[in-house]
Amino acid sequence: MKIRGKAWKFGDHVNTDDIIAARYLNTTDINELASHCMETIFPDFSKKIAKGDIIVAGENFGCGSSREHAPIAIKGCGIALVIARSFARIFFRNAINIGLPIIETNFVDRILQGDVIDVDLDTGTIVDINNSEKGDFIKYPEFLQQIIKSGGLMQWAKEKHIR
Amino acid sequence: MTITEKILATHCGLDEIFPGQFIEANVDLILANDITGPLAIEEFEKTGAKKVFDPSKIVLVPDHFTPCKDIKSAEMVKILRNFSKKYKTRFYEIGKVGIEHALLPEEGLVTAGSLIIGADSHTCTYGAVGAFSTGVGSTDVAFGFVTGKVWLKVPPSIKFIYTGKCGRFVGGKDIVLYTIGKIGVDGARYRAMEFEGEAIENLSMDDRFTICNMAIEAGGKNGIIAPDIITEDFLTSVAKEKGIFYRSDKDAKYENVVEIDASAIGPQVAAPHLPSNSRDVREFSDVRIDQVVIGSCTNGRISDLRRAAMIAKGKSVHSDVRAIIIPATQKVYQQAMKEGLINIFIDAGCVISPPTCGPCLGGHMGVLAKGEVAIATTNRNFIGRMGHPESFVYLSNPEVAMASAIKGRISHPDEVLK
Repeated sequence: MKIRGKAWKFGDHVNTDDIIAARYLNTTDINELASHCMETIFPDFSKKIAKGDIIVAGENFGCGSSREHAPIAIKGCGIALVIARSFARIFFRNAINIGLPIIETNFVDRILQGDVIDVDLDTGTIVDINNSEKGDFIKYPEFLQQIIKSGGLMQWAKEKHIR
Repeated sequence: MTITEKILATHCGLDEIFPGQFIEANVDLILANDITGPLAIEEFEKTGAKKVFDPSKIVLVPDHFTPCKDIKSAEMVKILRNFSKKYKTRFYEIGKVGIEHALLPEEGLVTAGSLIIGADSHTCTYGAVGAFSTGVGSTDVAFGFVTGKVWLKVPPSIKFIYTGKCGRFVGGKDIVLYTIGKIGVDGARYRAMEFEGEAIENLSMDDRFTICNMAIEAGGKNGIIAPDIITEDFLTSVAKEKGIFYRSDKDAKYENVVEIDASAIGPQVAAPHLPSNSRDVREFSDVRIDQVVIGSCTNGRISDLRRAAMIAKGKSVHSDVRAIIIPATQKVYQQAMKEGLINIFIDAGCVISPPTCGPCLGGHMGVLAKGEVAIATTNRNFIGRMGHPESFVYLSNPEVAMASAIKGRISHPDEVLK
């Protein structure tokens, strides 16, 4: 799977209240959640981005609560991929489970706000089109690849557990 | 193996497991609340499954926005209520409900050696009884509803040894805030945090719950304390079964061992906007406050209220401060009434809220306006956590929070109670 999009840069420890504030958690509506994505730290984020864009962040992205509304809001506003130096663990599993592509790599340091990024999830390679720098990242272990290939945990469950 | 590895191995039928290994483990209890439950139920229904794996092992606790703050939250709770009726799962209605992580131990639903998942990040609380307990997402919970299983990566363990005894006005909250300050909000990311040492052995269950509750604020997968006589007494008093008491082997492997002298820790306060911004309370004595919240899954248990009442007795809340007391469960509330604590709070000018997560996550029952400052016994002080994105939350233990309510600024309890 190949993804090309514009980078939107964030710092370390972007937490789930930053991604989607708790006052909006009285709904599971993906469009409503998406409209408030990142607004605490980046007003009108969902209006400024284009479909297929990429979030690029530092350490511990998605720390805080277990709310799956966070990756849902990100996916819902059209973000195709989140690249971070590292992810908080519940956000990581939520993203895998709902089929939001995420990768962990130190290459984020080479990426500037607005750069266009090419990512090949199958080969584990990443290119910054603006500065032509190339990098790679460690692909997921086999177990997670299976979930991702199925399109998320419930699809994987249907194939494996539900007869 | 460590205690965490032993519990995980038992639940996936292996003799031995190692950090980094992916496992599919059987779960003993699955929890969801009014925010995360509806999403899990949506996912469950999409699968077309006709039944849940075991209704007695599914607990739905509408505690975040209840008693429902608006129409939307009422609709969310209705989804939980209907699901629980249809599939005969456990459900706690208003009048019975309390904050999930105080309620489940009180109800005897968490036992030593069990594996518990919950769609709430503070599910790590139950490690205090020697269980493996971790926060997951709604889809994980839906998967659990169907299969009774969860996928996990076995975490490496970090051992935290607390030597000495806690001083006056110092408890579980101060220990955990100090620890997070030392290692950072990602200092235990993906790790099992195992707490031991003389200071831990001398702590009550309530303090142990507080410590394990905040393991997630250091990025931890789980917090855990090996069960002892205090755990046994607690479990005997609330549960039909105590569960299995595991201990780490002498040759268990740890990624890191951190030693902390508990006797050198004073009451801690974490400044906005990270729980790791913790320092001694005396460094904050010029911070004026508008609101105090004493409650939450971190510090809303009976011993927390006793500590706050000890400070409040015969005093008055400062005229510029709103003080909100939130007993975590109905039992805590009732016990506080029996002991006269509620009267002490009301006489001092505090308001008592029904059990709810409420203001901790900026939901209701005490939301902050622009520029306002609160000190709270809650667990997170992220930007906008208690309300307006330009409001400020300081975290502390109950004694510090109540002393601050009386003085109108962040205060050491000995400023009020000599």
